[in-house]
Amino acid sequence: MALAEKHVTSGGSARASSIEYRDPHQAVRILGFWLFLSTDMLLFACLFATYLVVRTHTDGGPTPHEIFDVPGFTIETFLLLTSSFTGGLATLAMRNGHKKQLMVWLIVTILLGLGFVGLEIQEFMADVAEGATMQRSAFLSAFFTLVGTHGSHVSLGIGWMFITLLQVARRGITEVTARKVFIVNLYWHFLDVVWVFIFTVVYLSGVVM
Amino acid sequence: MPQWLHTFGDQYLMWNEGPLIWISDVLILLTGFGIVFVLTYFKKWGWLWREWLTTVDHKKIGIMYLIASLLMMFRGGVDALLLRTQLAVPNNHFLDAEHYDQIFTTHGTIMILFMAMPFIFALFNIAVPLQIGARDVAFPYLNAISFWLFFFGALLFNISFVFGGSPDAGWVSYPPLAGPEFDKGPGENFYLLALQISGIGSIGTGINFLATILKMRAPGMTLMRMPLFTWSVVATSLVIIFAFPALTVALALLLLDRIVGTHFFTMTHGGDPMMYINLFWIWGHPEVYIVIMPAFGVFSEVVATFSRKRVFGYTSMVTSLLLISVISFFVWAHHFFTMGAGADVNTFFAVASMAVAIPTGVKIFNWLFTMFRGRIRLELPMLWTIAFVPCFAIGGATGVMLAAAPADYQYHNSYFLIAHFHQVLIGGVVFGMLAGMYYWWPKMFGFKLDDRLGRCAFWFFNIGFYVCFMPQYALGFMGMQRRMYVYPANMGWNTLNLVSTIGAYLMGIGFLFIVAQILYSIRYGERDVTGDIWDGRTLEWSLPSPVPHYNFAVIPTITSRDAWWEMKQTGQTQALRPSADEIAPIHMPKNSGRPFILSACFFVAGFGFVFEWFWLAALGLLGVVICLILRAFEYDDEYHIPPHEVVETESALGRL
Repeated sequence: MALAEKHVTSGGSARASSIEYRDPHQAVRILGFWLFLSTDMLLFACLFATYLVVRTHTDGGPTPHEIFDVPGFTIETFLLLTSSFTGGLATLAMRNGHKKQLMVWLIVTILLGLGFVGLEIQEFMADVAEGATMQRSAFLSAFFTLVGTHGSHVSLGIGWMFITLLQVARRGITEVTARKVFIVNLYWHFLDVVWVFIFTVVYLSGVVM
Repeated sequence: MPQWLHTFGDQYLMWNEGPLIWISDVLILLTGFGIVFVLTYFKKWGWLWREWLTTVDHKKIGIMYLIASLLMMFRGGVDALLLRTQLAVPNNHFLDAEHYDQIFTTHGTIMILFMAMPFIFALFNIAVPLQIGARDVAFPYLNAISFWLFFFGALLFNISFVFGGSPDAGWVSYPPLAGPEFDKGPGENFYLLALQISGIGSIGTGINFLATILKMRAPGMTLMRMPLFTWSVVATSLVIIFAFPALTVALALLLLDRIVGTHFFTMTHGGDPMMYINLFWIWGHPEVYIVIMPAFGVFSEVVATFSRKRVFGYTSMVTSLLLISVISFFVWAHHFFTMGAGADVNTFFAVASMAVAIPTGVKIFNWLFTMFRGRIRLELPMLWTIAFVPCFAIGGATGVMLAAAPADYQYHNSYFLIAHFHQVLIGGVVFGMLAGMYYWWPKMFGFKLDDRLGRCAFWFFNIGFYVCFMPQYALGFMGMQRRMYVYPANMGWNTLNLVSTIGAYLMGIGFLFIVAQILYSIRYGERDVTGDIWDGRTLEWSLPSPVPHYNFAVIPTITSRDAWWEMKQTGQTQALRPSADEIAPIHMPKNSGRPFILSACFFVAGFGFVFEWFWLAALGLLGVVICLILRAFEYDDEYHIPPHEVVETESALGRL
């Protein structure tokens, strides 16, 4: 980073004590990532808006009520929310300097994420087998695109978290690896928040309405 | 000729399309061979790779943006002249309908996305780190990625002209016209993927510059001490961050419709084409403020410098920029008042659109009051600024006319609209970018652009502008619609159209003068030995021209607005001259070839999607993933410049 140490201000004083914010060069990257998350949030906002506009446009094909599988999406939700919690535990372990704990919680988070993605793929395949494909109606196009975009974000996050895990294993908890763990967790929590909206806006209201 | 070659020539190289394509093929081949020959003959390949393709230096990236945008201005300008030639006389068949459609599409897309955007990014890169006293942007590696994504996006878009076919559904690319049913072939795919790739780069730039300005200012440079250009970059970056994701989604969904067969915007199976139009303009209207606000920033710098006064109403300048960036998100529906959303919706968007005139008016008056009783020097940047004021005022006034929803039913999609937006985009953005280019040119290259040739360019371009576009307001009232490629002789439009075409050619001559001016000045331009050729006010003028790659040998401490001017007034300029023992090792990012390779992989993937060759797309995306993984494991990407090297450079510049 091309900046003099002294003129970069880090976050608030409370944060300055945690390892990921200690080096201003790392702190500025965390700020950059927050800014990126706001763009990603807007991307999802546009997909939600599209979904809400066309969700009744089923063109005589499958309706939300017919294809949403309550136990399936409930388990998915449970897995993802739990993974967010274990991701938080990973950050906590990192701040306390427990490398082994950190790695264990990252692995647990990855496994839960894999379970989520696996279930989602299964759900999609079941839908397609019943003739509910992306090409069937505007509602299904929007449904698969919105939920699929979230799913591919989670898949990317799994790969990313795995790469971060390798770096922690090799280099231990340094200011740089700590920042990386923190950012991948920010991303993970963000996807969790998006899922909460998908759960309510898409699945719950789809089953109820 | 073997049959397969014949098919290939017709389908991909479009050899049955006529001389326009043949000439382009020949020119591209000649230029390509010329570049390869020159680089090989002078043994410059290594230099090109080390100094430019792998650079993460914001100043060099800025120069590359500038060159790219001037080239794109040429391409878009040639498109414009072709369009105006076709419209010069009634019943003309210089171009056929299909070619006309393609050319107005590429003209609009190139001018907004591949001319105006890189031009503002050029000025961001050149000026912002210097103005805030930083050694680079917050994320230099990302900055290089942004540039190369833009570059390869523009390349992908331009290749369509000679390979596969140009897009032809207008720069807005509305479905269902641009959808799979009515627009087969790769043209629209080129549009969608080129914009997608360069759009990712633009989001990166928005994030990068906001983080840079928030976190990397020199000590003492509080927000309200920042130069107004830097403030305009804050406002612009915010709008980029909040607007571009909507474009990403609009393009992605239309692409899904076209190559996967979904039904977002189709006419059947429940699709809703208006959804695309809403998403597009949720980005599209903020986009025009994205390109105009940096121009406002340039004018604020130029007016203060060339009137030798501090800018009038600094706080209201900042406030109005931020107000414009907020209001920009509440006006998008004025692009389709005729959609039929109802009186209440139209009223809201009409009032919001008119409200934009208030902060903009504040800025215009502030510039005028800055000039009032100033000691004005009519150098080139100031000339363009003065030309901007009346031009933009008229453009703004016709904008308010268009914002009146009931009246808009009359003006909608007529030449009145064409004249309006060209007046704000040329009179605002192009004038502003040219003013900025002339202003910072000595800082970038160490010499001034020739004044005499610059004045010729100025007068040809300005007179040409009014000759070209004033008749179009009248043509709009007389019922001439946009995008019509031919008109009958008995409409009473003949004279005005001919006059308009003459104006377009005058502007073309103006552009040629700019090219001549640059070429002439490289050899004969006045050299800038002081680094402060305009008697400037802000920090970049405290540095030598061109600026050493670490920018500031010692980071300055700022005590007031217009920091450099204050130092000159109080005789404290020595404070910015480091003494040899003050110089510490300077922490800099290492060059990297990966941004270039990563973006080339995006290009390959985009090219694969355009022709639906999914194996190629997968290959490109695999390359992208590999580049990302390699970056994740890269820890040694910074180095220190030892103090003695800095001391040598500074003493060679006579600053120690």
